[in-house]
Amino acid sequence: MSDRRTQTPPQGTAATPPSGVRRIRMPQKLRNLELWLLAFACLINAASIVLVQLGALGTIDTQLVLLGAGLSALVFGLHIAMRFVARDADPFLLPIATVLNGLGIAMIYRIDIAEGDAGWESAAVRQIAWSAIAILCAIATIVLIRNHRVLFRYTYLAGLLAIVLLILPLLPGIGREVYGARVWIGIGDIATFQPGEIAKIALAVFFAGYLVRNRDSLSMVGTKFLGMRFPRARDLGPLLVVWALSMAVIVFQRDLGTALLYFGLFLVMLYVATSRLSWVVLGLSLFIGGALIAAQTLDYVRNRFANWLDPFSDERFNADPGGSYQLVQGLFGLGNGGLIGTGLGQGRPDLTPVPQSDYIIASLGEELGLAGVFAILALYLLFVARGFRIGFAGQDDFGKLLGVGLSFTVALQVFIVVGGVMRVIPLTGLTTPFLAAGGSSLVANWIIVGLLLRLSDTIRNHPRLVIDG
Amino acid sequence: MNRELKRITILVLVMFLTLFAASSVIQVAQAGTLAEDPRNSRTLYESYSVERGPILVDGEPIAFSQPSDDDYRFQRVYANGPLYAPVTGFIPVNGEATGLEQSLNSYLSGQSSSQFFDQLNRLISGQDPMGASVEVAIDPIAQQAAWDALGDNTGAVIVTEPTTGRILAMVTKPTYDPNQLAVHDGDAVQATYQSLVEDPMDPLFNRATGGDMNPPGSVFKLVVTAAALESGRYTPDSTFPNPGTYTLPGSSSIVRNSGGGTCGGGATVTLADALRLSCNIPFAELGVELGDTAIREQAQKFGFNSEFEIPTATEPSVYPRGLDDAQTALSAFGQGSVRATPLQMAMVSSAIANGGIVLNPTLVDAITAPDFRPIQEFEPSEFGRAISEATAATMVEMMVNGVENGAASNARIDGVSVAGKTGTAENGEDDPYTLWFTGFAPADDPQYAITVLVEDGGGLGQEGYGNLIAAPIAQQVLEAVLNK
Repeated sequence: MSDRRTQTPPQGTAATPPSGVRRIRMPQKLRNLELWLLAFACLINAASIVLVQLGALGTIDTQLVLLGAGLSALVFGLHIAMRFVARDADPFLLPIATVLNGLGIAMIYRIDIAEGDAGWESAAVRQIAWSAIAILCAIATIVLIRNHRVLFRYTYLAGLLAIVLLILPLLPGIGREVYGARVWIGIGDIATFQPGEIAKIALAVFFAGYLVRNRDSLSMVGTKFLGMRFPRARDLGPLLVVWALSMAVIVFQRDLGTALLYFGLFLVMLYVATSRLSWVVLGLSLFIGGALIAAQTLDYVRNRFANWLDPFSDERFNADPGGSYQLVQGLFGLGNGGLIGTGLGQGRPDLTPVPQSDYIIASLGEELGLAGVFAILALYLLFVARGFRIGFAGQDDFGKLLGVGLSFTVALQVFIVVGGVMRVIPLTGLTTPFLAAGGSSLVANWIIVGLLLRLSDTIRNHPRLVIDG
Repeated sequence: MNRELKRITILVLVMFLTLFAASSVIQVAQAGTLAEDPRNSRTLYESYSVERGPILVDGEPIAFSQPSDDDYRFQRVYANGPLYAPVTGFIPVNGEATGLEQSLNSYLSGQSSSQFFDQLNRLISGQDPMGASVEVAIDPIAQQAAWDALGDNTGAVIVTEPTTGRILAMVTKPTYDPNQLAVHDGDAVQATYQSLVEDPMDPLFNRATGGDMNPPGSVFKLVVTAAALESGRYTPDSTFPNPGTYTLPGSSSIVRNSGGGTCGGGATVTLADALRLSCNIPFAELGVELGDTAIREQAQKFGFNSEFEIPTATEPSVYPRGLDDAQTALSAFGQGSVRATPLQMAMVSSAIANGGIVLNPTLVDAITAPDFRPIQEFEPSEFGRAISEATAATMVEMMVNGVENGAASNARIDGVSVAGKTGTAENGEDDPYTLWFTGFAPADDPQYAITVLVEDGGGLGQEGYGNLIAAPIAQQVLEAVLNK
């Protein structure tokens, strides 16, 4: 994994070695690789926008290509920033995020054309603007947080921030309800934002910090039962709190996907930190129990399950609200795409409700086909793998846990939303990272990119003396 | 920590493998089933995404597709819709197409096997796929003349070219506007369609080729005359008893001539006079002598009991099997259970005009690919010989007499010799008559054969008769086309 374990001398806790020495030894090989990959990613993005225009309009409109070029400049800006402040960061994360973001913009733009939206009405223009903000956030992250251990200090502040962010949408005045889920905030009609997206980062930071501090008490003591060491009742507190938090999200915000995301994130980090499978067993039982009760008592959850089990029945298909129309239309779209897709701009993704946000993977699947879906999933898998690498090769437990947690949110979020569209699990409303239209999601995921870049830079900066964790 | 991380890595791998598998199942294994789901509007829109070829009359489109801003990409437009509705039919967004839109759908939509390489070529060269154009045989002057002449009557007019079988005019009334059924709002289509179906006047019927079929009445005497002459036992001068009433064999029902008395004067009447004056009693006598088998066989040689595709499917005209003498007597003057379409009677007239040979009727002249490559060119095709040339010549003479100084006198045209036969068919005791005319002109060099059907007695109940209502319509149309 680390191909240069002897190149830099041990540095203690300092993140940066004497720069003059390193510049001679390492001619920024990683950054040059990243530059090439980035150029390739931008080329793919430009090509997909041009293909959308040729496919749907028959002509080339330079305005959007120019906006896209502006975005590319920002991405290269992030790259240049890394040449100064994170030379040894992972070279794959940024190009992958760039190409996913670009494909998303191309598809959102394609839906705009189908729906006749232009100018500021155009979701694609807004997506480009949000992408710019998000990439600036990533640059800020990597420039301001020079050492990720700073975050360790703010563990409990992060926890508090997460709670506040989750409560915001429930507050009267600024809370907004969209498609039945109360997860948005807005001022007047402008700038609707899903604070829950940022909350997941705060939660990952909090979980990492909390677990590193308390994992001994969580993992060492307990009683053995059925071959597993179960925790003491008084150590169950954190698990119950996070469980209650997830259930509150299901009940008050009516957002099954987010609840599953938070709880899944917590369980995985808990397991990695404590090595105790019993936590996972307990946690899963709690969550499944809660979800089953919710399925019995909450209409929207019951509908989601019914649609999942039998979407093609006329009863479910015609049910309104809460029917399987969207799910079935998405499947029709994916089927229409087939192996190689209809070609960008030539399918009918606009027939499916919300084709640019929750259902963007179905839209892409229709126009890029199974081949495109595989490529996109493979990109996510690679992204997550690069994040897990931090967990494997990192030096400090906080960094390792945070890296694993952040990457796992991306993996789990992709699984929840794509699995929902493809009927692997019941459909829940979550954004597809980087692809889906939505500012908060973009900002959150680009901050994750920034954090992962920062974390990966530190492991490159340290000799691999201790591998086992 | 790394042991746990490995397990989580495997978990993530499994999660993604599930997604890979699910997308493969949906996009490959289930793709066909999903496409066939009737709720899959993508499949429907797909069929509209091709620019459907136009239907042309004399080079002018009567049905064409123009770009639309909605999901269907193209809007089908029927120029002069009601006039050409029996030819074009319509293609609705929900439901089945009719007319040429249905019968030539594969060509119009570019899906026919002969267009496969054409479409492949367009795909590769980046052109939008396009259907073939269909040039129909309809003559716009004949069509308009037939429309005008039929006026407000319920019925149909069909004009054919005797030597080729090409249909030059096909008008049916009342009719509908196919544009109303081509709108892209499925509910509106359904509502319009429902109101047309429920309309007691049945505007959706194509009375030229089907609908509620009518008894042919006296125009069927042409078929019986042909059977008699073909049998070799009769000539136009053969004579029949000429009573004022005729009791059907084995029955107490009485048949009268249309005038009420005998057929002309005299104790006997010739076959020629019986046809010229369109008397029922001599034909009833002739029918019984010939027998139902001989009449049926002759009728079938003209096309009765056969289904013709022009290429739109038509209803077969009926001369049933196994009639007793009374039924045979009735059938001999086109009553009883005999049923005929104007198309069938046009084929009878055309065969007589064409020296006895029946041609398959057709609406289509040519099908042409978007690149002007001919896909199909019309060739006249024979259904068979119905009567000998000599019989045909004899019958032409008899039919000319019918117009010049007989029961079809209102079809006369100055300076042109017209051959024709009228019919006034009874439907029920108190029901209005069905009025007919079939014939052709010029009799010495037949260019146009015409058949007129008027239902509901032309609005006159039982007062109307073929020569009063149907013959003038034929005359008007023939004048229009002959003076072109």
